[in-house]
Amino acid sequence: MNDDVRKNNDASKNLMKYQATTNKAAVLENLDAVRAMIRRHKFNDYIFSIIGLIALMIGLLTLLTLFIELIRDGSGRFNLQFFSDFPSRRAEHAGLLSAWVGSALIMAITFLVAVPMGVAAGLYLEEYAPKNWFSDLIEINVSNLAGVPSIIYGLLALGLFVYGLGLGQSILTAGLTLGLLILPIVIVATRESIRAIPVAIREAAYAVGATKWQVVADHIVKYSYGGILTGVIIGMARALGETAPVITIGALTFIAFLPSSPISTEPPYLNFEWLSSGFTVLPIQMFNWLSRPDHAFHVNAAATGAIIIMVTLLMNGTAIWLRYRIRKNIKW
Amino acid sequence: MVTATTPLKAEARNLNFIYNGGNRAVKNLSMPLYENKITALIGPSGCGKSTFLRCFNRMHDLYPGNKYEGQIVMHPDNTNILDPAVDPIEVRMRISMVFQKPNPFPKSIYENVAYGLRVRDIKNKRLIDEKVEEALKGAAIWNEVKDRLQDLAFNLSGGQQQRLCIARALATDPEIMLFDEPTSALDPIATANIEELMSELSNKLTILVVTHNMQQAARVSDYTAYMYLGELIEYGDTDSIFTHPTRKETEDYITGKFG
Repeated sequence: MNDDVRKNNDASKNLMKYQATTNKAAVLENLDAVRAMIRRHKFNDYIFSIIGLIALMIGLLTLLTLFIELIRDGSGRFNLQFFSDFPSRRAEHAGLLSAWVGSALIMAITFLVAVPMGVAAGLYLEEYAPKNWFSDLIEINVSNLAGVPSIIYGLLALGLFVYGLGLGQSILTAGLTLGLLILPIVIVATRESIRAIPVAIREAAYAVGATKWQVVADHIVKYSYGGILTGVIIGMARALGETAPVITIGALTFIAFLPSSPISTEPPYLNFEWLSSGFTVLPIQMFNWLSRPDHAFHVNAAATGAIIIMVTLLMNGTAIWLRYRIRKNIKW
Repeated sequence: MVTATTPLKAEARNLNFIYNGGNRAVKNLSMPLYENKITALIGPSGCGKSTFLRCFNRMHDLYPGNKYEGQIVMHPDNTNILDPAVDPIEVRMRISMVFQKPNPFPKSIYENVAYGLRVRDIKNKRLIDEKVEEALKGAAIWNEVKDRLQDLAFNLSGGQQQRLCIARALATDPEIMLFDEPTSALDPIATANIEELMSELSNKLTILVVTHNMQQAARVSDYTAYMYLGELIEYGDTDSIFTHPTRKETEDYITGKFG
């Protein structure tokens, strides 16, 4: 075989030499064409990165400008008194007390409603529900619920909670309504973080003889709660800023009293009267001040807006931090 | 060698397995599993060997629409573990499994091994401590982890993780242990460790192992079954399968002409 090759080489030596030179020219020419083509293709990269950057900046800068302006306009009111004063007819004495207490109490109920229900529903859909047309239908509807306009939830709550169940225009009603509103967000977050658990881990748990509930309680919930918590916080941040459904169920716009305290000094130490109290929330207080002709109130509105944005950012930041902390020990 | 005195641990009788959607992945398969022996399942990808293995701990029950026909009878109690009346959890309490890729729980080394005991309602801390140590020793990983039992299992190397998974499967004193290509994700040294471990374990329990690696089957197993397209083509003691296969297909596969 070696002999064959050598013979072949000898015979074509001249030809090879010739080909080598022409090939070189051809290769160089070809290389130029290739380089021109790559330059052309890369130009598209360049164009797109500029378009993308502009798109990003429009969104980001608008929001940032808005936020800075709110802080600048409201800067006169960032003091403790603003948080400890009730609303007043005089702008410089008007504060957020009833609004932030209302928001906080309502958020607590929203949390207590949305988390157990959302997590249970998500777990059931992922782990227990038989897979058939009915569960498919439910699945589609849960995703759709997340897109229903919030005022529709307000109307539903007005009919069901306020009049149907006779809960009145109360903190309880508002908490339940916002709980329902963010329920789909919690369900979807729960299902997504459950789905992120690899099949191999699930099978490993079943293979040692665990029942479905043992797998859910010892593994599924423990490995997915980081993602679930993130979804809950993001849902809560949305609920905090919701205005339309809260107006629909009859939030007050001017309120100069606090609900009775949930904790009392006498047995049984807990008091549930606050649940049926009237209320207002931060975005409604903001809207109320904004709608007044007196310019001094607009300062209050700006300060409130900045506070809502800051709390929302803080909640989302916490969600990201928690997810990072919890995921650190779990890598699939 | 197959002798009349080797007791049977389990036996597949005319086993068929049909996946949801109608694919018959195991066809009319009958095969013995001898007590305290290692039986290897070999065959090309997709021949149904893993599917067959996963029938033994009813893993297919986790997914809807799968169907078993025929029997897998376990001795000495003569239970057909595929009988719908038999709870798959009961089967998994008796037959444990080691998977293809190491799949420790994202928990501590200790908790990984203890989990099977916790599932069995064992609460006595001293007993669990003892069992965990025994299992880790049995899986030849005790010396490497005894000083860091509370560390996360993910911090172990791949080979150590797989031995941890063996310890997890061992802690519950199973009668049969299933290995589904246990070394396919490991390097040669870790593979040799696992193979040695399997030989040691077979003194105490019955092993069924799926392997892609014919040398591995030849090295570790006492009996070998060659499967193709869901059928058992040939079964026998490992020496005769590898030296004098009776079927042409087996010979072709073993000699590398096919597969």
